[in-house]
Amino acid sequence: MLKVSNVSKTFNPGTVYEKVALTGVDLVLNEGDFVTVIGGNGAGKSTLLNCVAGVYPVDSGTVFIDNADVTKQPEHVRARFLGRVFQDPMMGTAASMGLEENLALAYRRGQRRTLRWGISNKERAYYREQLKTLELGLEDRLGTKVGLLSGGQRQAITLLMATMKKPRLLLLDEHTAALDPKTALKVLLLSDKLIREHQITTLMVTHNMKDAIKCGNRLVMMHEGRIILDIGGEEKKGLTVDYLLEKFEKASGSELVNDRLLLS
Amino acid sequence: MLSLLQGAVSLGLLWAIMTIGVFITYRILDFADLTVEGSITTGAAVSATLVVSGMNPFLATLIAIFAGMGAGLITGLLHTKLKIPALLSGILTMIALYSINIRIMAKANVSLLRVDTVFSPFTAMGLDTRNAVIVFGLICVVAVILILYWFFGTEIGCSIRATGNNPRMIRAQGVKTDTMIILGLVISNGLVAFAGALIGQFQSYADIQMGIGSIVIGLASVIIGEVLFGTRNFMNTLFSLMLGAIAYRIIIAVVLELGLAPTDLRLFTAITVAIALSFPVFKTYLGTLIKSIKRGP
Repeated sequence: MLKVSNVSKTFNPGTVYEKVALTGVDLVLNEGDFVTVIGGNGAGKSTLLNCVAGVYPVDSGTVFIDNADVTKQPEHVRARFLGRVFQDPMMGTAASMGLEENLALAYRRGQRRTLRWGISNKERAYYREQLKTLELGLEDRLGTKVGLLSGGQRQAITLLMATMKKPRLLLLDEHTAALDPKTALKVLLLSDKLIREHQITTLMVTHNMKDAIKCGNRLVMMHEGRIILDIGGEEKKGLTVDYLLEKFEKASGSELVNDRLLLS
Repeated sequence: MLSLLQGAVSLGLLWAIMTIGVFITYRILDFADLTVEGSITTGAAVSATLVVSGMNPFLATLIAIFAGMGAGLITGLLHTKLKIPALLSGILTMIALYSINIRIMAKANVSLLRVDTVFSPFTAMGLDTRNAVIVFGLICVVAVILILYWFFGTEIGCSIRATGNNPRMIRAQGVKTDTMIILGLVISNGLVAFAGALIGQFQSYADIQMGIGSIVIGLASVIIGEVLFGTRNFMNTLFSLMLGAIAYRIIIAVVLELGLAPTDLRLFTAITVAIALSFPVFKTYLGTLIKSIKRGP
């Protein structure tokens, strides 16, 4: 379904700010896979996601989605395959546009935009129905400017926007990291529910080891731009944080000294 | 006094079209576009030159609009394809247009005295010049407002608004933001050139200097309109822009009447805009001041 082969990416090559983000990453996602990606700061998790999404061009290697080579496709062209939720809850929605307008923008993902009216009455009923499933009372606020809503509400809306028109691949980039713990849990449960209901192939980056263990059917650990662990099947079900830390030390040859990872 | 008001309203209506153009880049696209200083003159220069050469004034005005759109296209290409910062892209086009506008007119100004303009059919019906401008200006502004209201409600229009609001988000939804920025600049500068063409025909000459300071006049009108007449919804905002442009002209007429030297007008406008733009800062400052006074020492 998704096939990342030998992808490398270096930022600011040849300058003092040179940063090797990915070195020869291989990753294959099968239909229906829900893969969680963990790793310390600068491990290359977000870069990997952004290379799949086309935010940055890769230096070498290829990215295939559904057997189509998308390596050279710009971000907005690849968007027809992808649903995306960002770390920053403000990033996924247009703040000064109405809730229904945001949904309408997402509902037309991958389609040619024309001079037809931006939103139809039939859609409105559908959006109301979809918003009801979020259980946030947003179904009565279709006209509200999204900027007036809370971070948690906006992230839930972004999730809905990413999945309402079923994407071939859902990319979640630490999408609960900027929320308070209670809201983060809500949004995570909602993501899990949407992914299961629609059986969406998903790649989820997270800082939270417990979340990475709890969610999905496969866990990938990254370190210094490489994938050092790929655990699936029965082994994934029995994972614990201690076991992961031990595995990490063995695979990377170093201790996982990272406050954000250990504390979570 | 009545003729003063009449003059302000007629000129304000024509500048309203320019104000709406500035609004599209400044507010909707979040792009501070200085191209307008050149494209307003381009509109006047193209239409005046063509009218003098004997062309139908309506057709000449239409061609002027296309010339303005071309200017917007250049700025858009400089910014999106060549990655030149927004402000600089606009300045480059503006500077280039100065030379181009002189080329178009073949001199520094073109007189339109004793030739037919777009207002002539209305004066032929017995209206005096100012009333003719008010009638035709109002028709034009209302038409522009209705067309834009429709356009920014369409799928493409919504995509342009989202581009100004959150380009990353709309790219993730499959929209090419470069195209949307170019489209916005093209529409904006088309409107500005339209305004320039009408203003030139109203004052009976096109002059190479007429664009200088126009961006500040446009911004002043946008802000005055928004503050005085509200932004409850898009339709309301568009009409606020029209009223803002008229209000600006009335303010100018009044301060001139009170004895302000015409050469001090730009200073006055700049100060007005600076105060209006810094209004939010003063509001927070005043808010904390009032709170601390209420709390007592």
